[in-house]
Order: sequence, then structure tokens, then C-alpha cells
Amino acid sequence: MSEKIPVQIDDITCEVERGTTILQACKCAGLRVPTLCHHPDLEVAGICRICVVEVEGMSGLQAACAYPIRQPIKVRTNSPRVRRARRVNLDLILSEHYGDCYTCVRNGTCELQELAREYGVDRYRYPSTTTPKFKIDRSTAIVRDQNKCISCKRCIRTCIDLQQVSALETANRGHNVLIQTAFDKPISDVVCINCGQCINRCPTGALRSNMPNELLWHAIDDPEKHVIIQTAPSPRAAIGEEFGYEPGTSVTKKLNAALRRLGFDNVFDTNFAADLTIMEEGTELLTRLKKVLVDGDSSVKVPMFTSCSPGWVKYIEHYYPEYLDHLSSCKSPQQMFGAILKTYYAKKVGIDPEKMVVVALMPCVAKKFECNRPEMSDSGHKDVDFGLTTREMAVMIKEAGIHLKDMPDEDFDHPLGLGSGAGLIFGATGGVMEAAIRSVYEIVTGRPVPFKGLDVMPVRGMEGIRDATLTIENPLPEYQWLDGVTLKVAVAHGTANARILMEKLKAGKLAYHFIEVMACPGGCLGGGGQPIPTSPEIRAARARAIYSEDHQLVLRKSHENPEINQLYAEFLGEPLGHLSHKLLHTHYTPRGRFFLEGL
Amino acid sequence: MKNEKKKILFGEFVTGAGLVRALEMGPGKVVAEVKASNLKGRGGAGFPTGLKWELTAKQESDEKFIICNADEGEPGTFKDRLLLMEQAEKVLEGMAIAGFAIGARQGFIYLRGEYVYLKKSLEDAIASMINRRFLGQNINKTDFSFEVEVRLGAGAYVCGEEFALISSMNGYRGEPRNKPPYPSEVGFRDKPTVVNNVETLCYVPYIVTKGAEWFKEHGTQASTGTKLFSVSGDVKHPGVYELELGITVNQLLAEVGGEGAKSVQVGGASGLNVAEKDFDKSICFEGLPPGGSIMVFNHQRDMLHVLKNFMEFFVEESCGQCTPCREGNYRLLEGVRMLEKGECSVRYLKELEALCDVMKDSSKCGLGQTAPNAFLSIVENFKTEILYR
Amino acid sequence: MATGTRAVTNELQEILLKYGKDRTQLLPILVEINNYFGHIDSNSIIEVSRYTGVPIGEIHGVITFYSFLGQKKRGKFVIRLCRTISCDIAGKEQIVRVLEKELGIRFGETTEDGMFSLEYTNCIGMCNNPPAMLINDKAYGGLTPERVVEILDSFKLSEYQDMFGYGGVK
Repeated sequence: MSEKIPVQIDDITCEVERGTTILQACKCAGLRVPTLCHHPDLEVAGICRICVVEVEGMSGLQAACAYPIRQPIKVRTNSPRVRRARRVNLDLILSEHYGDCYTCVRNGTCELQELAREYGVDRYRYPSTTTPKFKIDRSTAIVRDQNKCISCKRCIRTCIDLQQVSALETANRGHNVLIQTAFDKPISDVVCINCGQCINRCPTGALRSNMPNELLWHAIDDPEKHVIIQTAPSPRAAIGEEFGYEPGTSVTKKLNAALRRLGFDNVFDTNFAADLTIMEEGTELLTRLKKVLVDGDSSVKVPMFTSCSPGWVKYIEHYYPEYLDHLSSCKSPQQMFGAILKTYYAKKVGIDPEKMVVVALMPCVAKKFECNRPEMSDSGHKDVDFGLTTREMAVMIKEAGIHLKDMPDEDFDHPLGLGSGAGLIFGATGGVMEAAIRSVYEIVTGRPVPFKGLDVMPVRGMEGIRDATLTIENPLPEYQWLDGVTLKVAVAHGTANARILMEKLKAGKLAYHFIEVMACPGGCLGGGGQPIPTSPEIRAARARAIYSEDHQLVLRKSHENPEINQLYAEFLGEPLGHLSHKLLHTHYTPRGRFFLEGL
Repeated sequence: MKNEKKKILFGEFVTGAGLVRALEMGPGKVVAEVKASNLKGRGGAGFPTGLKWELTAKQESDEKFIICNADEGEPGTFKDRLLLMEQAEKVLEGMAIAGFAIGARQGFIYLRGEYVYLKKSLEDAIASMINRRFLGQNINKTDFSFEVEVRLGAGAYVCGEEFALISSMNGYRGEPRNKPPYPSEVGFRDKPTVVNNVETLCYVPYIVTKGAEWFKEHGTQASTGTKLFSVSGDVKHPGVYELELGITVNQLLAEVGGEGAKSVQVGGASGLNVAEKDFDKSICFEGLPPGGSIMVFNHQRDMLHVLKNFMEFFVEESCGQCTPCREGNYRLLEGVRMLEKGECSVRYLKELEALCDVMKDSSKCGLGQTAPNAFLSIVENFKTEILYR
Repeated sequence: MATGTRAVTNELQEILLKYGKDRTQLLPILVEINNYFGHIDSNSIIEVSRYTGVPIGEIHGVITFYSFLGQKKRGKFVIRLCRTISCDIAGKEQIVRVLEKELGIRFGETTEDGMFSLEYTNCIGMCNNPPAMLINDKAYGGLTPERVVEILDSFKLSEYQDMFGYGGVK
């Protein structure tokens, strides 16, 4: 056990481990110290000076978030000095922050607004900013409004340290400091991968997603349009947080009812498309392995990387374009679903695909960019019209006056509404891998995976990089070539971890057959479109919700999904078949390492 | 005050004597002697040098570093420029002794970009010291080796702050970081590092050769030794003066031909403005800030103009990380502009004074903590002149 | 233009190769590029990023932090006039007027022939001899309007001699 140090905070005495910050110690003591630049996922900055406290023996006030306790100390968190400093620093920030609360998407979830409320701010102490200084910058996915920036650098620490994308920078000095994109280029021109993690961590409305709500209402209100929504597992495990549920409450069935009342003509389950992805991707993996292991075909690349995460796809397009051949050619479940809806489903139910509007409820900001990629129209139409984030959907539900908690439980529409537990766990880091293993192993050997309750535990968890091996024994006759082969797989979440993995691969230090990468920490459940706030605890709760839902399902393997089998029988033929190739697979674009194109 | 004028740095010096003596004494005794001398950092902050060395010497590490802080940027200060020009060997010897004391084999001089013209002569001095085996491999034929390299800054006052300096040398924006940990634990390349001011290092060879007791004969009990003062402004004889700590403003003015001054800015833009009524106060670590910058203003000078100049300086030179310094200095400058136009109410001026207190209390580093000093002292000394224009 | 660009790239590579690739070399690299080319353009930033692995945004962040580094092309001779108080009260304004008049540009600008840039700087440690300025890596104190004109002329002359290759006589 590490050394315990006694600490006195106000009139509370407690013991903390050496190195605990004053802020953490205050939490242990049940005291709340206000913060602004602090975020549990990020490196300490200690720059907003809101969390300052008195430490006996130190001449100035100390930032509680940045002060590691290394000897017994006495702390005061509520003295006149402390209150005055916090209030003045808050007033300084407020005077520079331009924008009215009631026209801001973060109204009600803004941490600055919350602080102003707590401190009873009723006027500007210093002359306030009355005109905007910056133009609003938007890409298909992200909107940046520097007028609302308070220079807390959470986005910088997210983009540079947490995600290692480095699309953002701190420029200039002194009062001219700007938090901006690299070289102040439009956000659509820099190496932004649209992961939206900066949005999740921005305390104000300086960063937000590009909301399609108005356009979507138009479509819903248009009687000519047939508006279909598919919902991904992660929003279902998180949207409850927007309606007063504890994190980790899955509200799938209530959400179905709410979406129907909102006006969606069909409500489908993205897990269905996740199962389809497993069929395609699993087959692709086996095909690649055979070509490499048996045929010695050097044009085929392993390890194969998953391609469900559009943030990861863009990351590799920017930073590791030489590895694009390693990316599975499979579209993401969202895009596969869109392509199937506007072909198979449209024909089946006799709707003109031109009048069909496909919406995807996603935990993800990058999905907006993905559905707008020019190559994503293999159905002959734009496969998916709108990528809607969890937060944006919560706004629509509230706007429609729907009380989520009062909704009855309703099921998805069918066909295309049945998803397996394997598709469901796509929402958590390691989920795609686990789903693939469940199916691939069984397809190859005819036996279920040798893990208790089908839970492939080695690929689960929140460690940044995890790996596992699985030896194939006694395969079915057509897979004899895999007999005795030990499959090596790895899982990474957060692009910083992906980078570590990629650098090791580049250096030839690792050998894997299959790698799952999710751009966001925690996987989709930690996506950039998920409810704010986010923290390791909240993400863990969402993961528990997803895994427990998987356990409650009877159908837990993608290849056993009867609706998938029906789709292949009626329409697609077989995985990787001609039609699959046309509709469900895609290609990638090498992009600049420094800017969007070139250089 | 003692009658005879005692000099240290402007006294006799034999290159290498201190280093040779230090090598004989051993690191422990060198640290002990410097600690006993009560030498305090001459950059302005006044941290005890011996303690800094002791803390760094204690650290277990494969590498340690000595950095000579030659980022002399405080307005009105130029004594380090003079030392680097005329007494470079003394600086280098101080660095080598410091390196020997804490177990470092590598030293850097972080030279401000504005002094780039000194780089060549410093490198010549390093070469000459290597030739005489006072630097480089096996110094004075012992096991001790010590290299020195000159690194250039590029125009940033805040890099004089030791944490900012280390960030800058590490290849980042020169932004101060949180403490602890201190540079003695995590510094350049994340290794234990001592950052000492140019002038501080210059006293080291003397303390080692002549002893702590001799050094303490200079100055006051809490502020031992002499100090270089950079004197500028409305005086007959601007320049660098070596004077004992504890000298009063009046005595100093008499020395430099600054009689009849309206006010004196002691310690630079981040120091205090001292009006005539306080000219009998002494300059030392327990008194007026002894950073070494003395700027004298005569009765023709508009003190609001002086203040504006200082505030413009801080608005631009703040690193811009922390709220009180980034926004506070800007609000103070805005207040000065309001005062110029006669638009600042007494009530708002009080608000700004309260802001100054918060900046001193809650800024992340010394820059923000001292930036309001000029505002507070000038407003206090010249309130009538400033408010009713 | 292609050869010209390649020549610049070669010179840039030569500078880079003098330094190690670790991040602590970043500032020395940037200072040298800035002094050699008069600025650090986007291409140089990208090359430095390739060499050191530091993202371009962070390099740009470092450049914009230091007032001597810049992306804008400066003149061959960068005149930095001290504006801090000791120089200010010693007649800085007069020097400002002389410099602007003699060079025909305002502070913050560069002469059309790319020869001179005028900038302000904070205290350069010449307070004992004010007003003072830096021209590239030299400091000039005790400035008077006459002396400023003399100094400018000497630079123009040396430039003329450099251009025609007979700068031997002094």
C-alpha cells in the first residue's frame, strides 16, 4: 500500500494517498470545489484559476486540480480570499465570453453558465464583449464558435494529448491567445477526424456538432417523405441521461415509442446492420487469411483493420495512408443499413427510394461526415441522409414535448428490426472483435467460442490496447487450412492508443491477424455525440448497460440472425457476393498528413 | 550602512580558482558552503540558491542539468548583459561549480534572443575555458566533466520564469507549468534541473574561495551579499552599480545622480513604484524588491503614461494561459485608457484594485502575481494626478 | 521556379540535419530557419514536422508564441525599436518618426525592396543608453535622428557593396 498522508480541509480531516490532488481529496471529504479547465479524462492544466484554494504556508492561492499532496497540509476551500478570487476570475472569463445563453445549444449544460448561476452573477463587473470577433466555422460535422471560447484548452488537450489528432493549436501570446485549428484553417481543411471528443469536453458552446434538426423536421413534416430511423446501441444506452436517468440505463424500447410519436415512419435497429457487417467482415477476414496463409498472395494485407469507426477511418487516411489496404472494405453498419433500405427494403415495401429519408441515430459526430462522403451512394441515392447524434435527438424529443420516461415499451419494426447481442456490443470497445470472434469461430469449427457464456472477456474492458489469441482446432473440412492456426487479435480505443499500435506495427514489432480500432475512448459509447458530461465512470456505466442487455438476449450471434439470413436468401445472395460488393463495401482516400489534401 | 563601499563582482577575480577549490571540497561541502552563505537568487524571486542545489543534488537520476537563466527581460535590467559581456568566465565557472555540486554534466545558457550578439563571445569563452580544462572533459584532470551550450530564446519575457524557460527549452510554448513538482525534480528533458540567474552564478566562485562568512559580511542579515543594480531613466549616470543589499533609495539616488526624482521604479515593471515619501526605505529581500532594475522618473514625467507603458508590456508578454493574468492585465490596461480619457470612476478604480489583489493571489506564475504591482503602487502614489486629469 | 524551390528545400534540409530530432531541438531549429530565411513559412513548418514528429499545429503554436519568430517574410534587416519606458521617455517617438520617414514605411511593415522591416520590441536591455534598437543581431543605443540616418545609410551602403562585390574598402 502506498503512503497515507493526513489532510485537513476546512474542518474535515482525512487521509489520502501521496500524490492525490487537493481536488480529489476534497471530493473524498465530500466537498465540492468548482472547476472549469479541469476534466477527468485530461491532463491537468491549472489555468482557469477557478478551483483555487488556500494552502497553509503558501503565499498565493493554489489550484486544487493541480496541487499534488505530498505532505500533511491544511486547506481552506471557502474563505473570503478564495471566494473573491473565484468570483473575479469568473467575472473576467464572463466579460470575454460573447454570446447569449438562450441562443446557445449548451444552454442548461454549459459549465460557465452553471458557475455564473452558482455565484449569483447578476451583472458584468468589467465591460463585456458586445460584438462577435470571430466568424463561425463549420464543417459537415463540427461547428466552431471562437467567440464563446474561454481558453480553458480542454479541446487542445483532447485533440493533442488524448486523441493525438492535433488538428487544434494554441496560437499567440498574452491577451491575443487563440484556441484555433492548425494555422487557423477552416476546420474542414485540417486533419480533424470529426471524432467530436473536443465537443464532449468543451465547457461552453464554442464547439458543437452541426445539427441537422431543422432539415430533419422538414422531412418529417413532409407527407410525401417516408422517414426511417435506425438507432445504434450506444445512444440507446445513453440518451436516458438527457432525461434524468442514471448513466447506464438503456431505454431502447421507450425510445422506439418516442421516435414513432416524433413522426418516424419506421424505427429499425442498427444492430441488424451490425450483424450484416459481421457476416461481410468475417467472410472478408477468412478470405484474406486464406489468400495470405494458403495462396501466399502478397497483394492481400493482414492484419485487417475494422472500418466501422469513421473517425478511425479518417485518421488512418490522414496519418497512415500506406495502411489503407489493411482496412476492411466493409462499410459501417450505418452505411450498410442505408444502402439496404434504399434498395431491398424500398422494393419490398414499394416505396420510391427517392422519397425515402434515412436517418441514423448515432453516438458519433463523424457519422455526419461519413454519410456525406461522395462514395456513399451505392444505392443510387444518398445511402444515409442524416447522421443525428444522441444529443441532437434528445433536443428533438424535448421539442416535441415527449416525456421519455412516460413512454410505453415498443419493439422495432420488421424485417430489418432484429439485431443480435453481437451487433449490440458493437457499442463498446472490443465489441466488434467479440462479435466477429463469436461468428467466425463457429463458422470455422461448427462449435461456439470456447468462452463461458459466449463472453470473450480478453477483448473487453477499458484498457487502451488489449490483445487475445485463439487457436483453431478441428475445423470443419472446408477450413482445414486453419487447423492449428493461432489467430492473434488486438483492440484499441482512442486514436492515441491506435497510434501506439500503428507505430509498433510499422516498426515490425507486432504481428496480428485482425485489429479493431474505435476512434473514441470507450468505443462508440464514448462517442462525440453522446450526452455531456463524459468521464471514465459514465462510460463504464454505459458499457455495463450494453453488456447486460446482450446477456438478456436469446439471439447473440450475428450469423444466427434469421432476418440476416432472409436478406441473403432474398436479395444479397452470399457474403462478399456481387451485390454485397456493390452495396456494402467501399474504398478509401489517402489524405494529407498535414492538411486535408496534398502535402 | 557601512561606510566603505564593498564590491564583490567588480572586485578581483582569478578564473578557475573557485572551481579548483570546489573540486577539492567535494560536492557536499560546496552545497553546504553556498547554503551557509544565504545567497539568494538574483533574478528577483530570491529563492535560496544553496537549498535549490541541495534539493537537486538529492535527486537520483542518470542525468541532471544546470541552466543559466540569461533571459534578462525585466524592463530596466541590463546587468546580466554586462556580466555576459565582461565576465563570461565567471558565469561559466559558477555553472561548472553548480554542476559539480549537484551531479550534472551538462549546462545550458538560455540567452534571450535580444542578446544574440553575445552568443559568439560566450562560445569563445566556453572554448577558452575548455582549453584551460575548466570546462569539458576531466576538468582540472579530475573525473568531473561539464559541457556548456548556448541556447537562444526568441523574444518572450515570460521565459525568464524558470518553469516557462524549461518548457521553452523542451520545445514547447514558453508557458509556466504547475508546481510541484519543481525543476529540482522534473526539469529539462524531465530530469532534475537547477535554473540559476547569471548574476547568482557569478557569486558562486567567490563564496567557494572566500567562504560563506566573508560573503555574509556584505548586505544585511537576511539579504547577504552585494547586488548589481541597473540604473536608467532620469539620472546623470545610468549604468550598472554593485551595491550592498539594504541600501536605501535615497542612498542609491545619491550614488547615481538621481537626486530630485519624482518616483523610482524599483525592481522593474513587475516591481514597485516608490514615491519620494518612501525614499528612505531599503532595497533588500525583506524590503523593496531587489530585482536590480532601478528606473528613475523626474517631476516632468506623467505617471499614467509610465503605467500605460508597463501595462502594455504585460498584456503582450503574459503567456496567456491563466485567466487572471491573460484577462486581468488586459482589464488593467483598459482601465488606464479609461483614466487617460477621464472616464474611469473612483468606484471602478477600486474594482480594478481588487482585481490586482486577485491577480497577485491567484495567478499561476510570478509574472501574473507581480504584474499588478506597478498598477497598485502608481495608483496609490499618484491617485490625484491620475484620477483628476 | 521548381529549381528555386528545390534550392530552398535543400538549404532547409541542411539546417535540419544539424540538429537532433528530439523535441528539445525545436526552438533552436526554428530560430535558425527564421534567421536564415527571414521567416518560417508553411512549407518549412511541414518539413520541421516531418523531421521532428511534432504536429504542425504545435509548431505554429510555438512560432506565434515568440515575437522574434514569424510566418510573415521580414526584410533582410529587421529593425526592432525598443518601446519600453526608459527608451520611451528618452525620445523614442522622435526616432519612430525618423525611421518611418527615412524608410517610407510604417511600423509593422517591410520596405518594397525587402530590405528593411520596422517593428517594436520590448526592453532590449539597453536602458542605460536610450533610445535603443536592434538591427538583426546588433544593438544600437543613444539614438538621435542624425545617428539613425547614419546607421541606415551604412546598411544601405554595405548592401550596395555586397551587390556589386567590392565591399573591401572600409
